[in-house]
Amino acid sequence: MDFKGSDTIPGPRAEDQLPHTAQAAAKIVIVGGFGVGKTTMVGSVSEITPLTTEETMTQAGIGVDDNFGSASKTATTVAMDFGRISITDELVLYLFGTPGQQRFWFLWNGLFEGALGAVVLVDTRRLEVSFDVMGRLEERGVPFVVAINSFPDAPRYPIEELRTALDLSPDIPIMECDARRRASSRDVLMTLMRFLHSLAMTGSLT
Amino acid sequence: MTPPQRQRREPAVPEPATPQEGEGKVKNPERMYVVAGPDGERAELDLVTLIVARATDPPPSASPEQAAVLRLCAAPLSVAELSAYLHLPFSAMGVLLTELLTAELVKARAPIVRQARTDRSLLEAVMNGLQRL
Repeated sequence: MDFKGSDTIPGPRAEDQLPHTAQAAAKIVIVGGFGVGKTTMVGSVSEITPLTTEETMTQAGIGVDDNFGSASKTATTVAMDFGRISITDELVLYLFGTPGQQRFWFLWNGLFEGALGAVVLVDTRRLEVSFDVMGRLEERGVPFVVAINSFPDAPRYPIEELRTALDLSPDIPIMECDARRRASSRDVLMTLMRFLHSLAMTGSLT
Repeated sequence: MTPPQRQRREPAVPEPATPQEGEGKVKNPERMYVVAGPDGERAELDLVTLIVARATDPPPSASPEQAAVLRLCAAPLSVAELSAYLHLPFSAMGVLLTELLTAELVKARAPIVRQARTDRSLLEAVMNGLQRL
């Protein structure tokens, strides 16, 4: 048999293939504004070179939904970078870096549903960019931790001042990180997992 | 210098099982794809649903895209990875995979999703895995 067409598409490198025993995957979302370091964080902990999945945003529901494919319909393509961590032979964790701006919230449909939790990555130079996204997570009941990506020229505030400014409830972890460093990004993910674990202990999802 | 100030929000009232399509509700047409299996079982595709080919030799009737999926899924691969390798958006992957699932050429392994009370042993396994990074 000869399927030339399909052979031209590169797949995962042999070392990037999941074992056949991989039974299920879970996902974590890293959300924040442009340039805050989402992709950097994904890349620093991922076992594969981060991949990109694209989604098309269309202006839906404003009386233009019958002309599918026509030029008059506004369509924007948004890229989402993601990475992967094999936890065991059976369990795989995926990390998705997602833009936090309101116009990209359509991406959240399906993505946030089912995500174990989220990391809100914050740049203190543009703190307010993260406000809406946190509110949205709160409304959806998605547990999250806040990671301040420390840029050299960013204003530095004491963590407790940031907690107050972000109006975080006392139980929500907030920490500084360097998204370029694997150990630092891993610590953020560990903090999220410990937080989720504590929620599972108390059974509360606030 | 003081940072700008945010105000916390409360969890929204859980949405009813049947979606309201009233005023102000934006319907998302590119939501989930649902496949009805032979026994009426329904499988929703997620970005992290793992897809495995039942046989890597595609039938002669397979389209090039279908053949590509079967080749890529010789080992389990997430829908997100398929989307990336095939340069197809998630919504298009839904269509393609629905065809392959219906034709029983691939299997889907359901993702682990957040629940009101997430399985603690799962979280502990993830923590152990992260520690080894």
